[in-house]
Amino acid sequence: MDTRTNNVSLGDLQGIVGEANAREANGSDEIDGVRPSFVAEPGSVEELSALMRFANDEGLAVAPRGGGTSSSLGNPPRELDLIVSTARMNEVIEHVPGDQVVRVQTGIRFQDLQERLAGSDQMLGVDPPERAAGATVGGIVAANSSGPRRHRYGTIRDLIIGVTVVLPDGTVAKAGGKVVKNVAGYDLGKLFTGSLGTLGVIATANFRLHPRPEAARTVAVELGDSAAAGQAAQAIMHSQLVPSAVELHWGEGHGLLTVLLEGITPAAEAQAEEAEFLLKGFGETRTLSDEEVDDLGPYAPPGSPGSGEEVALKIAFPPAELTGVLDSTLGACSRRGLDAPRITGQAGIGVLYVGLSGGDEDARVSVTEELREIWVRRGGSVVVRGAPLSFKRRVETWGRWAPGSSSPAA
Amino acid sequence: MGMASSRLVDRMTEILGPEGVISEREQLRAYECDGLMNYRVIPEIVVLPETAEHVQRIVRYCHDEGIPFVARGSGTGLSGGALPVESGVLIVLSRMRRILEVDIPNQRVVVEPGVINIWVSQAVADEGYYYAPDPASQIVSSIGGNLAENSGGVHCLKYGFTTNHVMGAEVVLPDGTMVNIGGGKAPDAPGYELLGAFVGSEGTLGIATKITLRVVRKPASVKTLLAAFKDTEEAGDAVSGIIGSGIVPAAIEMMDSLCIEAVETAVHPGFPQAGAVLIVELDGPEAEVSSQFDQTIEICEKANASEIRIAQDDEERALFWKGRKAAFAAMGRIANDYYVQDAVVPRTELGATLKRISELGSEYGMRVANVFHAGDGNLHPLVLYDNDVPGEAEKAEDLAGEIVMTCLEHGGSLTGEHGIGRDKMKYMPKMFTTEDMDTMQLLRCAFDPHHICNPGKVFPTPRLCGEKPGPFHMHPVQKAGLAENF
Repeated sequence: MDTRTNNVSLGDLQGIVGEANAREANGSDEIDGVRPSFVAEPGSVEELSALMRFANDEGLAVAPRGGGTSSSLGNPPRELDLIVSTARMNEVIEHVPGDQVVRVQTGIRFQDLQERLAGSDQMLGVDPPERAAGATVGGIVAANSSGPRRHRYGTIRDLIIGVTVVLPDGTVAKAGGKVVKNVAGYDLGKLFTGSLGTLGVIATANFRLHPRPEAARTVAVELGDSAAAGQAAQAIMHSQLVPSAVELHWGEGHGLLTVLLEGITPAAEAQAEEAEFLLKGFGETRTLSDEEVDDLGPYAPPGSPGSGEEVALKIAFPPAELTGVLDSTLGACSRRGLDAPRITGQAGIGVLYVGLSGGDEDARVSVTEELREIWVRRGGSVVVRGAPLSFKRRVETWGRWAPGSSSPAA
Repeated sequence: MGMASSRLVDRMTEILGPEGVISEREQLRAYECDGLMNYRVIPEIVVLPETAEHVQRIVRYCHDEGIPFVARGSGTGLSGGALPVESGVLIVLSRMRRILEVDIPNQRVVVEPGVINIWVSQAVADEGYYYAPDPASQIVSSIGGNLAENSGGVHCLKYGFTTNHVMGAEVVLPDGTMVNIGGGKAPDAPGYELLGAFVGSEGTLGIATKITLRVVRKPASVKTLLAAFKDTEEAGDAVSGIIGSGIVPAAIEMMDSLCIEAVETAVHPGFPQAGAVLIVELDGPEAEVSSQFDQTIEICEKANASEIRIAQDDEERALFWKGRKAAFAAMGRIANDYYVQDAVVPRTELGATLKRISELGSEYGMRVANVFHAGDGNLHPLVLYDNDVPGEAEKAEDLAGEIVMTCLEHGGSLTGEHGIGRDKMKYMPKMFTTEDMDTMQLLRCAFDPHHICNPGKVFPTPRLCGEKPGPFHMHPVQKAGLAENF
C-alpha cells in the first residue's frame, strides 16, 4: 500500500461521508490494474468538498467515478488512493418543463433521468451507448460520451449550460446558469466536458432539453463497398433532410447505413420516403422494423466487454473522407492478419468506432499506428478507447497531435 | 508622445509598414470605443495586421515588453469588450478578411477573423448552405468578434450560438505562441475542450487568427408569421403555448408597443398597432413545418391574437425581420438617447419579469421599450432618456442595472449575448461568488499569466496570477499540466 495512505484510516473518511459510505477498495474498484485504497461516496456538494479538501491535505491521489463505465478511458492512473463515487448524489434538483431545462446532481444515472424527463415529453438529446451499462450524467459529461443522435443535437458539450464543480482543493465553484442563453463569465462547463475527472469533480450540471419526438422511422441502405458508403452518407448530408442520426454499421463483409428520422408522424414518414429515394442508387433500401432497430442499437460500442474484441479505437476524420477511413482501416487489418473489424459510428459527423480482433498484439499495435499516421496527417485523430494494459503501455492513448495543436492531456 | 511610444511605433512599423500603424491622436480617436459609447479610452497605438504572422509578431513584442493589448474586430460590441487600454496596443483585425476555404463536402468554411458574418452565408449560398448564427449586427460584425463574444442571434433558439458552430481555431496566445485548438474539419480533437472555453472568453485568452466554421443546409421550407396581441402577457402566453407543445421554432421574437411605434416610424414594416407583436418563424422539412405552422396559428388565436399575418413570400418575411432587426436603432426616432440592456430569465419567468420592469420604469419615471428573444428568455430592455437633461444618463444606467438585478432574482443571467466586457464587470459578484470567479481566473492565468491580454475586462477584481486563491496551494489546472506558472 502506498505510504501516503498510511496516515489515513477508513475512519477518517467515514467521519466525512458517514460510516456506511466509505469502505476499503476491492478488485472491482481497480482502474487499469491500479487498485485504490478506499472508496468514498459523499452525499452532498458539502461532503464532496470536505472529502476533496481532506484528500488534498493528505496528498491522496483521487479519481472521481460515476457509473464506472468509462473508467479505463485515457492513460492508466499513475497513482490512485481514493475513488470518489458520485453514486449517492443522484437527485434531480430542478426541472421546469416550461423552461426545457433540468438541473441534476451528476451521480444520477442517465437512464433514470431520461425516464423522468419522458414524463414531461422531454429528453436530454444525447444517447451514448454507455447509458445501457449504467453510465451517470456526470460520467457522460466527464468522458464526453456521445451516440448516434449527436448528428442532430450535438454532444453533451453543446447541451450543458451550467455546472458546479469541486476542485481538487475542495473549492466549490460554479459557472453558467439555468438559462439556455448565457455569456456571463467563462464557460467552465465546456472546459470540464471530456476532462475525465482531471480538473475536479463535476457535482451538479444543468442542461438544455429538447421535446421528445412523436415518431421515429429508420431507413437503411445495404452497401456493397466503401465507395457506396461514402456516397450514400454524402447524399444524406447534403440533402434538406433533418435526420437525427446517420449511422454506419460495418462488419463481416456487409455494410449498412441507417438514417433515423424523427418528428411528428407525417413528417417522419415523409422524410423517410425521401431518404429512401435518395439512397436507392447506392444499394437496396428498406425501412427497418422496430425489432431490427433494437438489434442495431443501443449497440455495444466496439471493444466493450463481451464483444470479443481486444482493442477499441475511435477515429475522427473530415466527414467527406468516410470512404478513405473505411479503406485504410479494412486494408490495414487485412494486411496485418487481423479479423475483419467491426465498425460503427456517425458517418455524417466523421466519427467511427473500430473494434480490432484476431492477430497478435504486434499486429494490432501496427494497425493502430498506421491509422494514426494517416488520419492525424489528414486533420483527424485516432484514440485508443479500450485495450489491455499491455497494449496501452505500447501505444499512446491519445495519439500524436496535428502540427501546432495544443498538447494532449489526461 | 513619449519615448517609449516612439519605440513602439518604430517596432510596429517595422512589422507592418507605415500603412499598418496609426499613432496620430486624431486618428486614434476613431477607435476610442466600440458599440458601447459610454466608455472611451484612446489607445497608445492602433495596428492593422494583415496576416496571422503579423498578429503573432505584434503579440510577441507586447509580451516581451509587458505592453497590454486589446483585439478588435468591427467594433460593434455592446459591452465595451474592445475598449482600448491606455498606453496599450489596439490590434484591429479588419484587414484580415479573407475567406480561406469553402469546403462544401465537409460543410466547413475557413475564415480570417475580420471576415464579416454575412459574407460566410453569401459564400455558400449558391450551394444551398448558410452560416446559422445571425446577430442583428451580422452585416457589419466580424467572425472574430462573434467568436470572442459567443454571439447569438434571432435563430439561435433552434440552431445554437457561435460556440456550437466554431469547429476549430488557430490562436495566438498572449505570449505569442501560435496553436490550433479544437478539431477543424474533423470533430472531437483529443485533449481538453479548450475551444469551448475560448469561444466567448471576450478576447481575454488570446487572438483567433483563423477560424473553421460549420455551415448548415438551408431548410426545405420556411414559414413566418406576425401576430398582434393586447399586451406582452398575452403574447407571452402564446410563446409558452408554442414551446410547450413541443415545437422548436427557428425564431420567436417579441416587441412591445413602444418598440413597435419606434420601428414603424423608422423603417415602416407595417406592423399592426398593438400592445405586443410576436414574430414566429418555423423552418425544416415541408411536412413538419406546415403542420406545426397551423398549430402555431391555433395557439396564437387561443391566446387572443387580434391579428395574424403570414408572410406570403421572402419579401414579406424580410420586411418582418427588417422591423425586428431595426429595433435598437429605431429608438433614436422616439428618444434622444437609449441604453440597451441585455439579460436573460428562464422562459417561464418572462411574464413576472416584464411586469417588474414596467413597475421599475414607472418608479423611475422613464420609458422602457422591450424587444426580446422570447424563445430563450433573452431580454433587451431599452431605457429611453435624454442626455441633455442633467442626471438622466446616470438614472437610465441605474434603471438598467436594476433590471439586470431583477433578472438575476428570477434565476437568470447578466448577459445573454452582449457579454460582460467593461460594462458589466461590476455586476459579476452578484451572479458569481469569489470562488467562482477565482476558478475562472485560474483559466485566465493559465493563458495570460502577465495579464496583458484585454486586461480590465470581465472580472471586477482581477487577481495577480501569482496570488493563490483559497487556503490551499494546489491548483487543478496547474496540476493537470495546463499551466506551470501562477
